[in-house]
Amino acid sequence: MRSEEYQKYVNSRAGKSPLLKDCLFAFLVGGLICALAEGLHYAYDALGIETETAKALVSVTLVFLAALFTGIGLFDDLAKVAGAGTLVPITGFANAVVSPAIDNKSEGFIMGVGAKMFVIAGPVIVYGILSSAIYGVVYYILNMWMG
Amino acid sequence: MDIWISLLKAFLVGGLFCLIAQILIDKTKLTPARILVLYVTLGVVLTAFGVYEPIVKFAGCGATTPLTGFGYALAKGVEKAVKEHGLFGALTGGFTATSSGICAAIVFGYLFTLIFRGKPRD
Amino acid sequence: MDVIRLPRRVSIIGSVAVVGKKEFEGPIGADFDLHDDTEMFGMDTWEKAESEMQRRALSLAIGKAKIDATSLDAIFAGDLMNQCTGSAYGLKDFSVPYFGLYGACSTFAESLMLSSLMIGAGYFTTCASVTSSHFCTAERQFRFPLEYGGQRTPTSQRTATAAGAAILSAENAGKVTITEVLPGRIVDKGITDVNNMGAAMAPAAVDTLSRYFHATGTNPDGFDLIVTGDLGIEGHGILCDLLLSEGIDVRPVCNDCGLMLYSAESQDMHAGGSGCGCSASVIAGHVIKRMEKGELRNVLYLATGALMSPGSLFQGLSIPGIAHLVHLSV
Repeated sequence: MRSEEYQKYVNSRAGKSPLLKDCLFAFLVGGLICALAEGLHYAYDALGIETETAKALVSVTLVFLAALFTGIGLFDDLAKVAGAGTLVPITGFANAVVSPAIDNKSEGFIMGVGAKMFVIAGPVIVYGILSSAIYGVVYYILNMWMG
Repeated sequence: MDIWISLLKAFLVGGLFCLIAQILIDKTKLTPARILVLYVTLGVVLTAFGVYEPIVKFAGCGATTPLTGFGYALAKGVEKAVKEHGLFGALTGGFTATSSGICAAIVFGYLFTLIFRGKPRD
Repeated sequence: MDVIRLPRRVSIIGSVAVVGKKEFEGPIGADFDLHDDTEMFGMDTWEKAESEMQRRALSLAIGKAKIDATSLDAIFAGDLMNQCTGSAYGLKDFSVPYFGLYGACSTFAESLMLSSLMIGAGYFTTCASVTSSHFCTAERQFRFPLEYGGQRTPTSQRTATAAGAAILSAENAGKVTITEVLPGRIVDKGITDVNNMGAAMAPAAVDTLSRYFHATGTNPDGFDLIVTGDLGIEGHGILCDLLLSEGIDVRPVCNDCGLMLYSAESQDMHAGGSGCGCSASVIAGHVIKRMEKGELRNVLYLATGALMSPGSLFQGLSIPGIAHLVHLSV
């Protein structure tokens, strides 16, 4: 069998991920995390915390919870079911920072924890910051023109 | 009653962002890492075109919690910084607006690294 | 390259399997000599734990063979870790001449083959074959951190936490002998999906098996078991399909170590087990013991390996496969 034929054959027989089930859990868990965030926002508001700070605190709380769940080893069990439901909210970002840090402890605190902390989450920061900087320049030029 | 409606809105919109990502993971060759990069960049672009702001107004944390919301925060950050400091703001705005999230990830990450160790997955 | 018939009797005089928690809980768990539910084996890193598994497997095998470590002429060993450190650190204290091998999941067959060839050729009298893999070291090296929240696709395989050791000798008479070997060729059909390694390795298995049947004039009916390692559900199905299209029906006698190690229903292992330790533990812990009891007499062991690295995958290269064949008989 030629390579192209073989690849076609392999793709045709490979088991597919259970899309419906995956989507349902991603929607439910992702939605619940966002609803929790909204609830936290209300709670911080009620405590009289200024809106901008409250928003930031919501993110910080979610990051803390995700980091804690990663540490005690529950995050990966939840993510196995939830998929994008835990990946896409800021919890996924926190897990991507904490899990390599814990994992590379055995390589020491500089070259292990320090160097590997952003090995997965790094691209998010790089492309996020890069696109925001580009947007900043564009925004500046547009504002000059528009006066 | 208001609070329940906002919770529901956050749930639905946030869940939808996750659902779309799940379809991308299952149906395309995109790896989770690429999807996260895509979401953040998309968040910046959609905010730049004024599309994301209405979603945030509608869904609150349902729009700011997914990583597109991270992109939204970056874009709003540079807008604010450019208004205040001119072109220099393009370099400071993004990190300023997202500093608490990133810093929290580093601090808590480091803290829990000191406490916990990895376990074999079930 | 023709099938090599060993010119003198090479027998297995001691075989041992050391496994982790999931492997012990699997359908053949009771056959394994030693297990540790923590998968740490008393060490403080996963890498040291894997080395310790090799050390314990070889120590136990030496005990079973009733020989001294000093009577070993050489150790052929391998694992999945960078630069084969699992084997080097685990076996350094034996003070025996050492050959480090890399054949990914095919390493155990490769080490049995080289041991038996060296003994067959008369250079050595007694050799040890040892290989291992550890779920946690493999995840760290090839995939994601242990606590990273990701999903696995249905075709992905789980790296077994397992080590196998076998002592081969021309002198002390063991019941199970290695009579023939056929080294594999590297076959690459362009598969790039690291979550479908069964598909990447199956063509190599087809290549080796059909070469074997053609060269020897035998057919699958002549064997009690043709056991591949570790094609998993996906690769196993592909192997059966492709061989059938060549007119060879292996289905009645063919099984796969990746499928034997875990229970498909009760353990969530997707396409089955993989890793150097997977077929090593199934062969050394289960198949050889069954042969010694006389339940199996004529077995073809065909270990397959996927010869990629994380770097080659990032560069978009396809995954080359290999399959080494060892003929075991009683």
